[in-house]
This record gives sequence, structure tokens and C-alpha cells, in this order.
Amino acid sequence: MTKNDNIDNTRRNFLKLTGLGGAALCLGFYFPASGAPVVVRPSELSDSEIELCPWIIINPSGKVTIVNHRAEMGQGSFQSVPQIVAEELEVDMNDINVIFAIGNEKKYGGQITGGSSTIRSSYKRLLKLSAAAREMLITAASTKWNVSVSDCYAESGHVIHKPSGKKLHYGELAEAASKLEAPKEPKLKKISEYKLIRKPLRRIDTPLKTNGKLVFGLDTRIPGMLFASVERDPRYFGKVKNFDATAALKVPGVKRVFKVKMGYYEHIREGVAVVANSTWAALEGRKQLKVEWDSSGFKHWSTPEIFDTQNNLLKAEEGMILKTQGNPTEVLSKANKKLDVVYQTPYQSHVAMEPINCIAHHKGDSIEIWGPIQAPGWVQDYVSKQFEIDKEKVIVNMTFLGGGFGRKAMNDYPYEAVAVSKEIGGPVQVVWTREDDATLGPFRPGMSYRCEGTISNGKIDALKFRMAGQNNGHWSGAPKDKPNWSTSEGFLKPYYESIKNVSFADVLFETSIPTSFWRSVYASTNGFAYESFIDEMAHEAGKDPLDFRREHLQEDRCQKVIDKMQEVSGWKNRKKNEGYGVAITECFNSTVGQVVKVSKNPDGGIKIDKVWAVMDCGWYVNPDIIHAQVEGSIVMGLGAATTHQITFKENIVEQHNFYDYPMPRINEIPSIEVYIIDNEEDAGGVGEPALPPFAPALTNAIFDLTGKRIRTLPFSLGTV
Amino acid sequence: MIQLTVNGKTENFDVSPEMPLLWAIRDTLGLTGTKFGCGVAQCGACVVHLDGEAVRSCVTKMSRAKGKNVVTIEGLSQNNDHPAQKAWQEIDVPQCGYCHSGQIMSAAVLLRENPNPSDQDIDDAMAGNICRCGTYPRIRKAIHLASQMQEKNKI
Repeated sequence: MTKNDNIDNTRRNFLKLTGLGGAALCLGFYFPASGAPVVVRPSELSDSEIELCPWIIINPSGKVTIVNHRAEMGQGSFQSVPQIVAEELEVDMNDINVIFAIGNEKKYGGQITGGSSTIRSSYKRLLKLSAAAREMLITAASTKWNVSVSDCYAESGHVIHKPSGKKLHYGELAEAASKLEAPKEPKLKKISEYKLIRKPLRRIDTPLKTNGKLVFGLDTRIPGMLFASVERDPRYFGKVKNFDATAALKVPGVKRVFKVKMGYYEHIREGVAVVANSTWAALEGRKQLKVEWDSSGFKHWSTPEIFDTQNNLLKAEEGMILKTQGNPTEVLSKANKKLDVVYQTPYQSHVAMEPINCIAHHKGDSIEIWGPIQAPGWVQDYVSKQFEIDKEKVIVNMTFLGGGFGRKAMNDYPYEAVAVSKEIGGPVQVVWTREDDATLGPFRPGMSYRCEGTISNGKIDALKFRMAGQNNGHWSGAPKDKPNWSTSEGFLKPYYESIKNVSFADVLFETSIPTSFWRSVYASTNGFAYESFIDEMAHEAGKDPLDFRREHLQEDRCQKVIDKMQEVSGWKNRKKNEGYGVAITECFNSTVGQVVKVSKNPDGGIKIDKVWAVMDCGWYVNPDIIHAQVEGSIVMGLGAATTHQITFKENIVEQHNFYDYPMPRINEIPSIEVYIIDNEEDAGGVGEPALPPFAPALTNAIFDLTGKRIRTLPFSLGTV
Repeated sequence: MIQLTVNGKTENFDVSPEMPLLWAIRDTLGLTGTKFGCGVAQCGACVVHLDGEAVRSCVTKMSRAKGKNVVTIEGLSQNNDHPAQKAWQEIDVPQCGYCHSGQIMSAAVLLRENPNPSDQDIDDAMAGNICRCGTYPRIRKAIHLASQMQEKNKI
């Protein structure tokens, strides 16, 4: 989803004290130790503040502000980025301010918060920059005191001279420090020396989430702003044939009604906007609107046809090969016995709790945007191009996000807000209803997987995977004669060592239904097919599913995950009426294994008794955030496996809101235990990798208990 | 003019009696802690207290709220220190945080009516509140902790 932006730009990013013309623009929420947040509007730093590097701003009083350059949508960047910086800078978490950066990828590197990339793509750079800043502050102090650098150390925002005990706070040293050359190779702490990193520190934004003070996108208010609701073509790409605004304009508070466009990459969608002086007036006005659509010119799909077509393609076509080794087709053709089955996963909406919304102000020669945005840089690029305004004049302010899950990395809703603002000539917040959010896409694509395999001497001899489903990349212009690069996403690399014949192919399948990233992307569906099929292979070989994986995954980190799962779940001591299932997947450089335990409900159906999750994400920051992300991923995976799916009739979504697209609720949640593997490997992702293994671990457990193999999601636990 | 008390203060609203309380609180009064999640009483993000009862403000018309006493998340406590708020902080319940105004407002009524709820009681009282981030295990833990804190406060 994102390229690694872990470039060494220590020198480039250290700014000299220059009177700070053109220095950092910041929008954010200061968190004074005393309590209420202060909204900081985009502005240059005050003359007295010093930006020691893009992430560190020091005030003469000693107050340190740490910049979070990524979106905060629940995954914890607002805590974990500062926690990294504070560690090497030697400041206390209780004494710092944290603010969001605006979109500025020249300064911060990639800011797309996706692909579970926040930590893994920036931690090495953040550690190095922060350690360099600390050394510069120490050097500045030693120069001032005329003492040896080695006699000085940093602690809690001060530099201390050990022999004499005298000390200066960072505010007294920042100016001198900023004039020094940044050290190229600052000394980094060992993991054993960490005081903040790897500690389950409480999140600094939590108190604002318990008293309603945290400002999400939908809560953001700009002076003079109006509110808008837009009726859009339910078949996505139709044109407004005509509309009647007479009744809508009679609703008190409604000011304007007009046709508006919304770009999805280069594809244009149309709608009719109702602009009013309150959200409710805009919604009421929209109810009175009559719009006639011309939805001709593209095929309208219904769900049965989608999956029938995918199935037929998988029967007929070899597809485009992404990866291959050995010759699985030949081995399978000669095999006495082989398995050949199809797995299927549904379309899904993201339905973050905060519905899609965005504020835009088109000012003629510049544009300013405020909203729950995962990818400020992408929005800058796209809006700049579409509205023909210099990128530097498109200011994108990130607010807190009420969930994102990939949906808020799209550029369509900021584009639409800008288009509405341009028409009215002032700031406006476009608010999507829950129904808009659930039914208008883009969606996680529905997928079908044909899985073939054969066993020889108790081990997998050949595996042949083909998938048919929409490629999200096509919407942004990825070539259609190349396979989806995510075709094998989720599949563990050590399998390639033990399985001599294996291939992954992508069979081209397209519809007019917009699709995009959905938490853990293709791993969320691949994982179900591939790890269920490995289980089928284990059964075919007559082997215990956990042992079977141990034999096929002869790699140290995988072995540790498997050992840990066996130890904590009591896998070997399971009782007769208990079903145990296991699955392991890898995505975004992290490996997660899960064991699910199920039993029969006395009233019928299946009960999930327990989930044990083992996460190997390498180097990590905050174990409590990892626990939370794994718990949340399992709950989200449970919903996607058992309670919700998006279906279509002639392209129109048949679900509407939470009553027919039901989310798991507190009474449906199993007990979850999370374990983290401690090692010093490179950091992997945390926000997504725990989602893919849940569905296959669950259905593998149900097979273990009942002998019934579930190959289509979603299924109902109540009627298994 | 519709008059009601919000967080102890008398407020006059020049809005339609049909307007849902949610939008009066958010857009007219500017108290944005109460959230819009679904608009149809399905998710609980908009829960406020109306004369002490937990109601979905997205479907509560101003005509029903008229003359009543409304408490929003901003008015639940003076210093963010209601036992539920303290427990939520102690356990670091929220992820994105969007649903938690409503979660806490529902939990506050549960804790008042049933100071020592069982897991089943929590399920029954909290099943109307959706959390898409999946913080449910921690919500459960936090309600038990809040119950203990509340008990201690009495002594």
C-alpha cells in the first residue's frame, strides 16, 4: 500500500536556526499538562521557537513539542510516534505537547497512514533524529560550561553536568544546539536501556476521548462554514439527468442546491448537493430532493452474477502468474489424489464509526481542507491536479479520525467538498450519512479463490492458487495485463522453502463497482482461502494441523510463534468436545498466529470460547497498543466472517445501515488473549496483521469440532 | 423557542420541534462530544441522558426534550472524573474514541441503576452501543473497575 520511506535524511532535515522564515506549519491540539486542549491553527512558529528537526520544536521555556506526522485513527500513532522521539530525546511524556503535522511529504516523508506503516517506515529515522537532537543539546551545554561532553548527560528535558550537578533545560540550549552540525551517527540506546519504548504507557489522547473534548473531523468548525449533504448516483457512475430542487429549497435553512462532481481517481461521479446552515437542514432538504439518473453506459452487476462469473473464470483460465516455483500444474495432473476447491469472501464496507466527512474552503487561488484524512499528501496531489492549483497552496489539515480502515485514504470525499466549496465560495462541511457511507463504496472487493493441492509422504507436494476478484489498483490506473501484486499477500514466505511446487495467479475480473483498501487489504481475504486450504492439506495428510504447519514452516520466527500458540492454548491437551483451529498469516512484515477454541452451543450453533493470538512484529513501541490492535482486529475479523456482507442488485447495495449490515456487539465477543514475541528484528506493522488469521482459525476450529468445512464467508455461527 | 436544560444550564433553541436533539446539541449549541453515528438509533454514539435516562439523541425530537434536563458527555462530570471516565482512562479503553461518549453515557446509567453489574448485565446494558474498533473486552473490564471505584467512593 505504501512504499517504505525509511530514507536517511538526518542531515537534510535538520534545520539551522534561520529566523524560521518558512519553517514549520502546524495544526494540532496542544496538550498542556494542566488539561484542556488548545486548538492551534496553521501558523508559523513564533520567532522564539526552534525547530530542531521536523519532529521536535523547543520553546525557550523548555517546553518540547513533538510532531506526529501520521493520521490517528485509533491505531495509536499519536502516542507511539512521540513515545519514540521522547525516548532518544530524553524528555518525559507528561511534559510534552503533541501536534499533528499538516500534509508536507517533502518535510516528513510519506504520510499515508496505511499498510500498517507508521512505525515500521519511520522508526529508524525518528530514533536517529531524536538521538542527534539530544547530542546537539548536550554539546551546546558542554560548550557553554566549557566542560567535557562526556561529563554531561541528558535527562527529563535537561542537560546535566555530572561532576558539578549543574543543569540547563532544553529551552536554554535549543538556539545554540540548532547552530551545530547534526552528528551523522548519534549513539542509539540498546533495547535494554529503553525507559519509554516497549513500555505499556497510557495514551496521551485518552482523557480527551472520555469527556467529549477530542475534535474529530465531523466536530471541526471553521468560522462561517455551511453544511452540505449530497445525493449521489446509487449505481456510482451515472450522470444527473435532471433534478427538482423546489421542495428542498423550501426547507428552512437550505441555501443552495446544485449539481456537483466527485472524482474517484480519474473516474467522475455525480451528485446533487444541498447546502444549508445546519447538518439537519441539509439532510432534511436532501430528503425533499428529486433526482433522475442516467446510469447507462456501464454494466450493472448483481451479487450472484459476480460470484458465478468469478467461478467460471477460475474453471476456464490460468490467469496471470504472480509467483511460481517448480511445476505445480504438472505435479497436480499426475497426482493420484488432489484437492480442488473454491473459497469465497464477500464485498465489505468499512463503516468507520465517524461517517465520511470533510471541510473544504476553496479561496480562489488556494484551497484549505480539514478532515479525517489518512493520506494528506495524496489529497494534496490529487486536489492540486484536479482543481489546477499549486500543491503548496493546497493545505491539508489532519484531524483525529473516528476510524479509517483504508476508506479515509481515498481522495473522493475531499474532492467533493472542494467542489461544493468552489461553487458557494466559502467554507463548507460535506457530511455523509451512515447510509451513504455503507452503500456508496469503495468496498473491499468480493473474491473467489481456486485452491488445488496434493500431498506426498505426508507433506505438501504442490499448491496452485488462482484468485478472481477486482484489483483495487485498476481504479488508480494499474495495468490490467499484470497480476494483482497482492495475490500472494498473507501467505508465509517459509512455505516456499518446504513446498517445492507452488504458484499464485490472478484471473482478471472487473466490474463497475468501486473498490479499495480495507483493513489488511487482500491479506484479509487471501488469508482465509490459503490458511483454510493448508488446513485441508493437513487433514488430507492425516496430520495435526499445528504440527503440519511446524513441519512446513522451518524458520526460526515461525517456529517461535507456533511454539507459543501451542503453549498458551493447551493445543495438545484439548478435550473431546472442543474444536481447536489454527491459522498463521504474514502481512506488512508481521506474522500473527491465532488459535480459536469453539464448542457446540446447547441451543444449537457454535460458540467461540477463546482466541489466543501471538504477534511477532519485531521491534515495537507500546505493548498495550499492540494488545488493543490485536483485540480490535479479531473483533473486526469476527464481523467480516460471521455477521456482515455487502450485496448488490443491479449495482445498488442491498444493505443500508447497521440494522442490515450488523456489527458485532459486546455480547458476541469471545475472550481474547494476546502474546507478543520479543525480539530485535526490524519493526513490522501492528494495525492490520492480526485480522487475516482470525477467520481461517475459526473455520478450521469448526471443522475440527464438526467435520464441516466452511469455504464461503460470511456464515452464521448460529446455524453451522 | 424551545427551552431545555443542558448540563445544568437553561438553553433556548429557535429550531423546529421536529429537529433531533443530536443536531441541536451539536450544531446549535456547539457541544460536539455527542456523536452522529447512524441516525436511526442503531449504534449508540449519540447517547445522552434525558431526565436521567439514556436516550438516543439522533431520534429524540426537540418536542420530546422540551422542558427536560439533558446531560451530555461534556456535563457528566466536572473534571473528567466520573467513575466510568476514570476507569476508561485507567484501562485505556478507546482506540479511535468516536463511540466512547455514547459508551460512557450508557455505562453511567448502568452503574447508577446496577452498581455491581455482572458480565451478563453489562452485555444487556451495553449491546446497544457499537464499537467498530472492537474495544469491547476493555469496555467490559472498565465497567467492572468503575463499579469498584464507585463502591470505594461511597466509603
